[in-house]
Amino acid sequence: MNSAKYKYLMTRKFETLLLEFANLHRFLMRFFREVVSPPFEIKEIIRQCYEIGWKSFPLISLTGFIVGFVFTKQSRPSLEEFGATSWLPALISIAIVRALAPLVTALIASGKVGSQIGAELSSMNVTEQIDAMEVSGTNPFKYLIVSRIIATTFMIPILCFYVAGIGLAGGYLSIISKDQLSVLSYITQVFEAIAPKDIFAMVFRSVAFGFTIGFVSTYVGYYSSKGTEGVGKAANSAVVASMFIVFIEELLIVQILALLG
Amino acid sequence: MEEKNYKDINYNEVIVHVNDVSKAFGDLKVLQNVDLKLFNGENLVVLGRSGTGKSVLIKLISGLLKPDSGVINVLGEQVNQLNDKELRELRLKIGFSFQNSALYDSMTVRENLEFPLVRNKRNLTRAQINQEVEDVLDGVGLLRTINQMPSELSGGQRKRIGIARTLILRPDIMMYDEPTAGLDPLTCLDINSLINEVQERYKTSSIIITHDLACAKMVGDRVAMLLDGKFERVGKFSEIFDTEDERVKPFYDYNFIV
Repeated sequence: MNSAKYKYLMTRKFETLLLEFANLHRFLMRFFREVVSPPFEIKEIIRQCYEIGWKSFPLISLTGFIVGFVFTKQSRPSLEEFGATSWLPALISIAIVRALAPLVTALIASGKVGSQIGAELSSMNVTEQIDAMEVSGTNPFKYLIVSRIIATTFMIPILCFYVAGIGLAGGYLSIISKDQLSVLSYITQVFEAIAPKDIFAMVFRSVAFGFTIGFVSTYVGYYSSKGTEGVGKAANSAVVASMFIVFIEELLIVQILALLG
Repeated sequence: MEEKNYKDINYNEVIVHVNDVSKAFGDLKVLQNVDLKLFNGENLVVLGRSGTGKSVLIKLISGLLKPDSGVINVLGEQVNQLNDKELRELRLKIGFSFQNSALYDSMTVRENLEFPLVRNKRNLTRAQINQEVEDVLDGVGLLRTINQMPSELSGGQRKRIGIARTLILRPDIMMYDEPTAGLDPLTCLDINSLINEVQERYKTSSIIITHDLACAKMVGDRVAMLLDGKFERVGKFSEIFDTEDERVKPFYDYNFIV
C-alpha cells in the first residue's frame, strides 16, 4: 500500500470515528431533552421494567448464588492458613458489596438485556416498524429509547441489591457446609464489615452500569444497518460494547472512590 | 382490463405539491428537480424501475426524509419547515402503508390497530376504541384475525392489516409503498380493489408506488413515470404508454407480455 492511499484510508477512518462521536453526542443530548418533556411513556417504562428486571430474576438468582458460594469456597483455604476463617463473613460482604454484585449484575444484564434490546430495536428498524411508529404520530425515540434507558437505569440497581443478598446467602451456605455459624451471627458480621459509603458506592456503580447498558444497546439497535446481518451485528455490538464500557467505568469509579477515601 | 374512470376528483385543489425537489445519498443522485401534484380525491400512481427513488419520494412527502433542495407542500403546510410537533400533527392526516406492512410483531392485530388510536385520540373510551378497531378490520375483511399475531398472517392479510392500521386515524392522504409486491395475482387484485374502495369510502387522495402495471391501470386516476430521477411522463395510463420511448416501452411490454 502506498503512503497516499494509507493516508487517505486513515483520514476516512478518523472522519468515521468523529462522526460516530458526534452521533453519540446527539443521541445523548436528545435523550436528556426527551426524558424531561411530556408526554411520559409511563406504561411502556413499567412494561420495560418488567421485561428487563423481573424476567432477569431467574438467571440473576442462579448466578448471584453461585458467585457467593464459589467465592467463599475459594477464599476459605487462604484464610485457613492464618486461622482466620472467622473473617469469612466480613470478607464476603466487602467483596460482594464493593465489587462483585454490581459487576456480576452488569455483566449478566449486558448479555441478557443488552442483546435483547439491540436485536429488538434493530429488527424493528429493518422491518420499518420504527418508521411506522413515526408516521402514526408516535415519537419512537421517546417510546422505544427513553423508556428502555430509564428501565435499565432503574432496574439494574434493584437487581444489584438482589444479587448482593443472594450472593451473601450463597456465601453463608458455603460457610455452614464446613463450620457452624448461626444466621443471626452471620448477618451481624456482614453488616459490621460494610459501611454506608460501600452501599452508596454500590448504588452509584449500578446506576452508572444500568444507564450504560441501556444507552449503548439502544444506540446500536436504533442505528443498526439494514438487513438480517445488521440485527446480528447490533445484538453482538450491544453486548461487547456494554461490557467493555462497564469495565472501563469500574476502573474509573474504583480510582475516584479511592481518591475520595 | 378497463382503464379507471373515477369521477369524484377535484383537479382545482392541490393536496400535495412537490416543487423542484432534489435528493441524493452521498454521490448517488436519486431525485433531481422533481415536480409533482396530487389533486383532491385522486389516486396517483408513481411508476418506475427499482432504485429510482419512488419510495424516497413518499418518505420525503411524509417527512421521514428531508430534501436537499426544493419545497414540499402537504395540505397547505410546507413539510420541511415544520417543527417536530407540527410534523407529528400533519402525519396524522397522512396514512402510510409500508412495503412489508411494518406491523408491530410483538402485538396482536387488535393491539396493532389500537396503538395509533390510543396514542393520538386519548379521549376515546374503551368501547369506542373496540368499535373503531372492529369497524376498520371489518372494512378490510379481516375481523376474524383480530386476536392473531402478525406472524400467523399471510402476506396479503398483512398488507390489509397494514392498510387498516393507517385508516384507523381517518387520514386525508394515503401513501402505498409497493402494495402488491410479493403477492400472487389474485391477492394483487384484492389489494387493488381495496385501494379503490378506500378512495371511495374514506374520500382519500393517494400516492401509490409500484412497478406493477396491472395495479397502475386498475387503481391509478393518473400515472407518473419516474425516469432517471425525473417525472418524464405524467397523465392517464393510456397516454403514458402511447410512446416509442425506449425507456418506457419495455416496461409495458414486459408487464403485459406483448
